[in-house]
Amino acid sequence: MHHGPAVEMGVDNASKKKAKLGVRFFFLYLFFYAGFVAIGVLNYELLSEEVVAGLNLALFYGIGLILFAVILGIFYNNLCSRYEDELNKEEKL
Amino acid sequence: MIYGISYIALFFFVVFVGLVLGLSFYFARKTRSASSYYAAGGQIHWAVNGIAFAGDYLSAASFLGICGMIATFGFDGFLYSMGFLAGWIVALFLIAEPLKRLGKYTFTDALNSTFNSRAITLTAAISTLIVSIFYLIPQMVGAGDLVTPLLGLPHWVGVVLVGVVVIVIVASAGMTSTTYVQFIKGGLLLLLSTVLTIYILKNGLTLNPQHGKQQYHQFEQIIPQLADTNVVAAGDWKVVSQQNVKGKTFVKLEKAGVNRWFYLSKKTEQPVLTEALSIEKEAEGTTLYNGEPKANAKFFPVGHLSRIVVDGKEVKETGALGPFEYLSTIEKSEVVRFSEAKFSDGNNKVSVYYQNPTSGKDFMLPGLKYKIGKGGTIWSRMDFISLMLALFLGTAALPHILIRYYTVKSQRDARKSTILAIAAIGAFYVLTLFMGLGASVNGVLDVESSNMAAPLLARAFGVVLFSIISAVAFATILGTVAGLIIASSGAIAHDLMHNYFRVDLSDEKKVQAGKISAFAVGIIAIALGIAFKGMNVSFLVGWAFSIAASANLPAILFLLFWKKTTAKGIAWSIVTGIVVSLAIILTSPTMWDKYGLDPANAIHKLDNPAVISFPLAIIAAYLVSLATQKDNSTKIDLTELKPENRKKIVST
Repeated sequence: MHHGPAVEMGVDNASKKKAKLGVRFFFLYLFFYAGFVAIGVLNYELLSEEVVAGLNLALFYGIGLILFAVILGIFYNNLCSRYEDELNKEEKL
Repeated sequence: MIYGISYIALFFFVVFVGLVLGLSFYFARKTRSASSYYAAGGQIHWAVNGIAFAGDYLSAASFLGICGMIATFGFDGFLYSMGFLAGWIVALFLIAEPLKRLGKYTFTDALNSTFNSRAITLTAAISTLIVSIFYLIPQMVGAGDLVTPLLGLPHWVGVVLVGVVVIVIVASAGMTSTTYVQFIKGGLLLLLSTVLTIYILKNGLTLNPQHGKQQYHQFEQIIPQLADTNVVAAGDWKVVSQQNVKGKTFVKLEKAGVNRWFYLSKKTEQPVLTEALSIEKEAEGTTLYNGEPKANAKFFPVGHLSRIVVDGKEVKETGALGPFEYLSTIEKSEVVRFSEAKFSDGNNKVSVYYQNPTSGKDFMLPGLKYKIGKGGTIWSRMDFISLMLALFLGTAALPHILIRYYTVKSQRDARKSTILAIAAIGAFYVLTLFMGLGASVNGVLDVESSNMAAPLLARAFGVVLFSIISAVAFATILGTVAGLIIASSGAIAHDLMHNYFRVDLSDEKKVQAGKISAFAVGIIAIALGIAFKGMNVSFLVGWAFSIAASANLPAILFLLFWKKTTAKGIAWSIVTGIVVSLAIILTSPTMWDKYGLDPANAIHKLDNPAVISFPLAIIAAYLVSLATQKDNSTKIDLTELKPENRKKIVST
């Protein structure tokens, strides 16, 4: 027995494009996240360098990663919504 | 520390718990079907769901654990904030939408949507249960920690209280009430954390952190006389005994019939004895706190700055500071942390919490808990990588987070919910930095448990703020525990009983079975919450993330992104992830300590297993799938995401 979604979905022609975009964004964020881990393990002293407003690189990078996630998420949502509007409208026509 | 009951706190606590229960009973009348119980009928508004996501996610680990860990270990606590949030990127970019299209009620359904595999049903349900229970432990520990200062009750009473209230909530209404409870407390937590941060910045930094009538204890310093390495005299104190523990010297002194432990600091040319806090369990069963009975209230709150540097000059206080100024000033100052040492003194078991002045530079860098800089080893660096990996990959694989994708009506709503959640959670995690640091320098910390850092800091700024924050934190735990118990009960009643053991249940019976399961899981959670008392809840949550990242995420990713994946590949990946991560956790130095053994003698030095268990689960999924390709003939191809396939899935 298979179980379908709690709410049934229509056909989504944009899903493939959204999936590709998601993978790209994921690797973009992973690059920066892994960058922090790599600096920590390979060049620890670099994290103590003052970067901006008296903050060291560790703090700047940490807060930056949080803000970057929010910005990237909003950007992703806008692009996905645009893909859906474009590709699913064609289907209806 | 000694806590008495606060009637204002009690009032707010009763109001909040009453509100939560009232909401549950209100929605109980609307819960009739299984869809409504497990997934709120798929009809929650995306904005409500987004904040509820945040409320669900900002558990005891975030509010209590991270703030506590930042207060104790500085930047190492903030690693959890970074990792917990980064995990949402995996959820948003890779998992949210495809999963929304696959599942019905549970994570198991999603995994099984293209296979009709009993092996997946069994392994995924067991994985859901194990991850949920590991996530439940820290929530219950946090509940016990909260109730002690809030209501003046013992730790175990708090654990039982949360367990009972949550069982009542879950058994009454399911996902709809849970969603609204999480929505309310998620919103309130954000608001109150902002208020607390404003208080912290307005208060600035001071060498003498006293708030209102609450005086900060002035820790005594004595210049001792030494004969070789032994302390022979210490001012007007009498030397009782001396213990050398792993290169550190602790001296027991006596004055006016009271014994106190001091730490012999050799950092300067002239050695100094600095007063410590101690818990001493005597052979005949009495326990002394700083040499006196607990009721004498001599076991002081701690955490202060020993040096404040502004523009290159030492000052006694700074006055109000901006957010960046606050961080950079601490970085240039010196924080006095309290570290723990355990040893035996004759027949007595002693825990000493001694002053450990730490430069702001070190405090604001990773390395005090996860040693990756000076003093780091290959094991400690691997542990750091493992933690960061688990936090990044664990979020997207937490069953109680995954089921929230099913409570909204469309993919677009699932996506918008997730982004709102990321924004809300991100804002909160930036605030944890200030709350944790604020607690570390404002003389409010309880050395016995780091988990109470944020609420105790709030108490320093006023009992009303403390009461409201504690009540919301308690509601936070209620909401998270309710979500976890729903996920667990779904795994037992829906996946195991209905799908695996083929027990034919009507819709009504399925809900009933879910409620009975919720009761059973709640009892287990209570027992474990009492057993793990005293551990930092973020650290405990890290384990849940490691298991989820190892057992669940490889299975989900293979299902979504590799068309050669087979049912056996998924099942073996889950089994490998669970077995390896559990084996590493149960033999870790931390568990060695829990077993009463010396952590230094543990089989390995890894506390976080993901760096080993995640790749092994990936390899298992890949190799077993390749070896079982002939089983794949009836599978629906999801990786192509073709519209005709979508129709097929919806109609099956």
